[in-house]
Amino acid sequence: MDFFDNFLDDTHRALRDTCRRFAEKEIAPHAEEWEEACSFPRALYRKAAEAGVLGIGFPEELGGGGGGALHAVMACEGMMYGRSTGVVVGLGSLGIGLPAIIQSENPDLHERFARPVLAGEKIASLAITEPGTGSDVAGLTTRAVRDGDHYVVNGSKLFITSGVRADVLTTLVRTGEDVHGGLTFLVIEKDMPGVRVSRALKKTGWWASDTAELSFEDVRVPIANRCGEEGSGFVTLMRNFQTERLGLAAYGSATAEIAFEEARRYVKERRAFGKPISAFQVTRHKLADMATRVLAAKTLTYQIAHRMDQGDYIPTEVSMAKNVAAETAVSVTYDAVQLFGGMGYMRETWVERLSRDARLIPIGGGTQEIMKEIIAKSMGL
Amino acid sequence: MKIAVIIKQTPDTETVVKINDAGNDIVGTGVKYVMSPYCEFAVEEALRTKEKLGGEVVVVSLGPDRVLETIRTALAMGCDRAIHLKDPAYEGGDGQATAKALAAALKTVSPDIVFAGKQAIDGDQSQVAVRVAELAGLAQATIVTALEIAADGKTAKATRRSEGGGEVVELKLPALISCEKGLNEPRYASLPGIMKAKKKEVKELKPAELGLEGQVGAAGAKAKRVKLLPLAERKAGRRIEAETPEAAAAELVRLLREEAKVL
Ligand SMILES: Cc1cc2nc3c(=O)[nH]c(=O)nc-3n(C[C@H](O)[C@H](O)[C@H](O)COP(=O)(O)OP(=O)(O)OC[C@H]3O[C@@H](n4cnc5c(N)ncnc54)[C@H](O)[C@@H]3O)c2cc1C
Repeated sequence: MDFFDNFLDDTHRALRDTCRRFAEKEIAPHAEEWEEACSFPRALYRKAAEAGVLGIGFPEELGGGGGGALHAVMACEGMMYGRSTGVVVGLGSLGIGLPAIIQSENPDLHERFARPVLAGEKIASLAITEPGTGSDVAGLTTRAVRDGDHYVVNGSKLFITSGVRADVLTTLVRTGEDVHGGLTFLVIEKDMPGVRVSRALKKTGWWASDTAELSFEDVRVPIANRCGEEGSGFVTLMRNFQTERLGLAAYGSATAEIAFEEARRYVKERRAFGKPISAFQVTRHKLADMATRVLAAKTLTYQIAHRMDQGDYIPTEVSMAKNVAAETAVSVTYDAVQLFGGMGYMRETWVERLSRDARLIPIGGGTQEIMKEIIAKSMGL
Repeated sequence: MKIAVIIKQTPDTETVVKINDAGNDIVGTGVKYVMSPYCEFAVEEALRTKEKLGGEVVVVSLGPDRVLETIRTALAMGCDRAIHLKDPAYEGGDGQATAKALAAALKTVSPDIVFAGKQAIDGDQSQVAVRVAELAGLAQATIVTALEIAADGKTAKATRRSEGGGEVVELKLPALISCEKGLNEPRYASLPGIMKAKKKEVKELKPAELGLEGQVGAAGAKAKRVKLLPLAERKAGRRIEAETPEAAAAELVRLLREEAKVL
């Protein structure tokens, strides 16, 4: 019996096991090196694809790993045992890069982009954010102008996960004047003339995953690379934000859970004033709080994933889950570092890395404040 | 090709095990169980053999309910069906009693080739595979690091590891191969494989169905474990203080020789 038996069946647990084993064997031994190098070998994508852990939640017919939202949460939990969130989100950028391509239901885009990405042969990124606009997605200004059977794209994108190495850039561009109806997804290929990686950015956490600033100068993109109808981009993005935010909730609760596990182990080993620090009541209560917050975040994340697997569209609750997991990740990793004392401030400890990685959760995929806007809007105030 | 693989579920190497009050077994609760790592090489080799020569892979395991999870892992990796020897009467056996049950179960499959781990990482006795081969009248090669099966499925050439070297043996099939690290790189159980495994047949066989009533488990055992000895507590390390690296090295050698007696 397990507390989560009402959500998880054998397939969920077995998948989490597979992913954890993969991560412990293929990632963890290199985590230090790859984090410090701010990169990991490209060959890992193919290795992950072959092991069946790369494209969980994507259709098997296209070479994906199969399964639904809750399976994707399990994969994330297992992969976190590679001790490098950076590697996991780097491998995972297809999770946000592919949905618009898959949903286009365009076999040509599927074959040219989804299949090679799911096979680990190409890397995919999602490019929305720009230097001038982040939270206000509809304010984006990268422009695509029709010229015969091509679009000519000009503009730039910022903070793009895997963008330095990505071959396939699923890019939201402005094709019309209407604030929302003027946005369209184009697949921009890295080797198209005029595409440039202007910068590889240095970050607080997620070190092993590269993050790019990209610029587009008169890039000619064939109409064949358009996902869906012209003007359908905003609606597609809003729908896909649900999986992205659930994914971040999963990272958040998994990050917190591992930090808690690490702290629980450490307080029994570390001694001060003649006893293990777990003997101090403040330590015990701190751990009790941490465990409580972890359970709450996990339970909400699982419930949201479960409901999404039933086909429910629940942006308000998704936003709530993301915020709970984000706060939990930040506070529990903070407490874990505190319990580790000086060791918690050293790069050689996992909690140090987790505490830096956790800081992204309330920012990425829509900030804490934007989540609250979504939640508040649903209240009919 | 009829291919069989015998596997054992063992505690994960990472699990901290506790000895029970009677002092003769480990406490099962809280232990994470996995497929014994050498059995993974066996499953992988069985699947590769099928991929090359065609046929069916039957996985056989003995143990209580919890063993089903490990059987499902083997099925998720790609084995076709399973036999689970599950009955209280199978419990408490020694290598011979367990081998007897497994050999009888294999008889219902009549395999051309059987794969096993070279040892299970819990008991470390390296007895079961050898005894199964003997009881089932199979040729055998133990501690195998490379295997070539002839295209006609009649013979095989196995490379065995031995202390500091190795040997190559030729076998007539049917044969049993006990697998060593290095033989292959076991695959992971993918989600589609995990899904398919749920629908694959797992047949339970009782001692009576194998004609082995009263001959397996504790009743069939010729040896009985009476005591488990705990791992020695790790002693605190010692720091060598010396003026120069040369002096430190000399002191280390002296301690290794005179105190640790390993040189
Ligand atoms: C490591 C990392 C990886 C990323 N990966 C990607 C990626 O792969 N693809 C991609 O497109 N983007 C990516 N992003 C960008 C990310 O989605 C944005 O940073 C995020 O959406 C916030 O946008 P912004 O940075 O422009 O902040 P801003 O929008 O400038 O916000 C600044 C502050 O103002 C607040 N604020 C804004 N509007 C409101 C409001 N209406 N009410 C109250 N407060 C408000 C915000 O909450 C925030 O606190 C990534 C970011 C990081 C840091």
